[in-house]
Amino acid sequence: MDISDFYSTFFEEAEELLGDMEAHLLALDVDNPDMEQLNAIFRAAHSIKGGAGTFGFEALQRTTHLLENLLDYTRRGELTLRRDIVDTFLEAKDMLHDQLDAYRQGVEPDAEAMARICEVLQKLALEEIGEPAGDVAPATTVAPSTPPPASGGTGQSLSVALLGVSESDRKLLIEELGQLGDVLETRGEDDRYEVLMKSTASADDIEAVMCFIVEPEQLDIRSIPPEQLPVPVKTPEPQPKAETKSAARPAVDSRDGGANSSIRVPVAKVDHIINLVGELIITQSMLNQVVEDSEFTGDAGFASGLSLLQRTARDLQEAVMSVRMVPMDYVFSRFPRLVRDLAGKLGKDVELITEGKSTELDKSLTERIIDPLTHLVRNSLDHGLETPELRAAAGKPGTGRLTLSAQHQGGNILIEVSDDGAGLDRERILAKARSNGLPVSDNMSDEEVWQLIFAPGFSTAEAVSDVSGRGVGMDVVKRNIQAMGGHVDVISEAGQGTRTRIVLPLTLAILDGMSVRVGEETFILPVSAVIESLQPRADDLYTMAGGDVLLKVREDYLPLVALHHAMEVSGAVTDPTSAIVVIVQGEGRRYALLVDELVGQQQVVVKNLETNYRKVPGVSAATILGDGSVALILDIPDLHRLSQSKKASDAVARNSTVLSSKEVSAS
Amino acid sequence: MSNLVSVNPVKKAAEISSREFLVFSLGDEEYAIDILKVQEIRGYENVTRIANAPDFIKGVANLRGVIVPIVDLRLKFRLANADYTQQTVVIVINIGTRVVGIVVDQVSDVMTLTAEQIKPPPEFGISLPLDYIHGLGNLEERMLVLVDIERLLTSEELAIVERVGE
Repeated sequence: MDISDFYSTFFEEAEELLGDMEAHLLALDVDNPDMEQLNAIFRAAHSIKGGAGTFGFEALQRTTHLLENLLDYTRRGELTLRRDIVDTFLEAKDMLHDQLDAYRQGVEPDAEAMARICEVLQKLALEEIGEPAGDVAPATTVAPSTPPPASGGTGQSLSVALLGVSESDRKLLIEELGQLGDVLETRGEDDRYEVLMKSTASADDIEAVMCFIVEPEQLDIRSIPPEQLPVPVKTPEPQPKAETKSAARPAVDSRDGGANSSIRVPVAKVDHIINLVGELIITQSMLNQVVEDSEFTGDAGFASGLSLLQRTARDLQEAVMSVRMVPMDYVFSRFPRLVRDLAGKLGKDVELITEGKSTELDKSLTERIIDPLTHLVRNSLDHGLETPELRAAAGKPGTGRLTLSAQHQGGNILIEVSDDGAGLDRERILAKARSNGLPVSDNMSDEEVWQLIFAPGFSTAEAVSDVSGRGVGMDVVKRNIQAMGGHVDVISEAGQGTRTRIVLPLTLAILDGMSVRVGEETFILPVSAVIESLQPRADDLYTMAGGDVLLKVREDYLPLVALHHAMEVSGAVTDPTSAIVVIVQGEGRRYALLVDELVGQQQVVVKNLETNYRKVPGVSAATILGDGSVALILDIPDLHRLSQSKKASDAVARNSTVLSSKEVSAS
Repeated sequence: MSNLVSVNPVKKAAEISSREFLVFSLGDEEYAIDILKVQEIRGYENVTRIANAPDFIKGVANLRGVIVPIVDLRLKFRLANADYTQQTVVIVINIGTRVVGIVVDQVSDVMTLTAEQIKPPPEFGISLPLDYIHGLGNLEERMLVLVDIERLLTSEELAIVERVGE
């Protein structure tokens, strides 16, 4: 097998290890570091170094080597941690990540950046320990890359058994073991091949490195007493099994237990399964409909079979959808670092609290929510939370609290970013809105005022700082969230803090839809956009100059958008009083949508139109109905825009005809 | 420039020597497309209209769970008689990762054409711009217009595919 086949496994695992390393570094209590955490950080660096060596990623190997040595001093208590040292470690971790990315793209990492970080690490080692950070010279493969043992001894003696490992892999592994210590003897067959060695690395370190190539089950690592080593003794007595097991296993189990029970699957495969299940559901409802239409009463067996099919298909759909769900931790885990760095830069003390990390959300949504959340977190840190001095003056604890939380709420997920900072400044927002030419008044409710921050080009930051105010505003946050079918609210109280609530659907693949009929055609409205539906009375309709019609609903006048006009449907009911209006809301604006009839509510499988066609104005996607036909899912805000532009072009057309008829009469 | 126009089609014709083509008719003309681009042939049924689209885009249809746009080539080529009959068929075409259905009057044949049977297209006198034509297939009694269906369907004027930067 070609070694490059293992590259992707290495990249993925190394990425995870770097993530772990960062999480541990961030959680580390500098004054009283937890031994377990230090060990975990060391192990991560060590495993990456081992893998990098195996695959010949030299720069990565050298950088990790330096870092690993420093970490080793740290865990042995020879290097006292300080905040700036942890910062250096974090920097080194970022560097490793960049190098990993470079190798992943098949290019050599930036040599200059590497030299820089190596220098920093070496300097740190010289200053703190008084000795260079170890062997940086040709860090190819042969040099024993483990830290020089302090005692000068050769470490413990180990027997590493490879179970059912092919010869080619075996060669790689033995080479790898050679880097971790001295290989004394090799023996055995394919099903159990034993390597006797002396090494300073612990059994689980060895296992961590080897696991880039083989499964943990394929390894049996035991320590053996030195006198049983092969040189003086011919046949080493195997150690009592139970004892060594207990020595090596526990650490391994805790790390690999999760990995063994899960698999990595490309998203495309899962999407394909989801599509197929969607098909199954549609076929099943087609069958149902056929049976209903034909009034086929048949025998009871058929009917019960059909309902069983229905139930199983729904369960299957639910099960398959859950495959795509990932915990919010995937999103939240990137914030501790951001908050730490930003707080440092802004001179603020911030405690980050995350709640509901295990709340699950569709993978595609987690990826898209990261940017908006990052923006909100930055905003809270920059504008929301005050400096320790200001907080003290306001009688608040010097350390600000920033909370990220996620929870399920019906079919939605509620994500909140809240801080206990200064809150939004009503007067300043109003003043800014006025200078931006937005229609505002002093007696607007707080909620309405807070919504103003979502207007394009709106920033109350007095100066553009390093952190925010660089043009990506809250309007982009709002737009991104709306593009995911969600919405944002802001709750704020002066002096108490700000809370931003994001409500998102759990998945983009299924939508609660309301089907409406216009003429002969059926359209789907997202239920989340529907507020109510009613039959308008003639008294509530007001015609405006230019042909616009407004509908009075309680205290509000809502523009009336005729679906048949926007979607060019013929044979529809045109008189509003004999049709139905659905009050819908999109991008914070409400309007009344005129349709012929409400058909019903159902869950629909969302199908992308752009896969094979293109974006259609007023339409967000398509779905397949029970009869196998395609129905378009309406894009509520876009439909309004479409209707406006159609009215405008109609008016132009009317004017030009009026004009030409005038010209005709004049001539 | 004129040099280019006359050289290119010859080269194209040589490149596609001896390949199989699916022959279909639009009005009185016979067209042929590379059979490797054809996924399947279906009857015309159940198309959902798309508002505010040009008339030759009939809408979208459900092809076993995939939403596929349906283009009526007869309307695109301004044929007078684009009625739907028993013979009207939809040829499902694969272009890259996309799937598109085209409506034609009738599918008649699958033919193998050799390089000698393919002549460069004339410089005028055809309802299609030269861009979309590989060449002309010469078969004793018949003349086939060899259409580069991929080029035609991804062309700007059809607007099946969104233009970059839009």
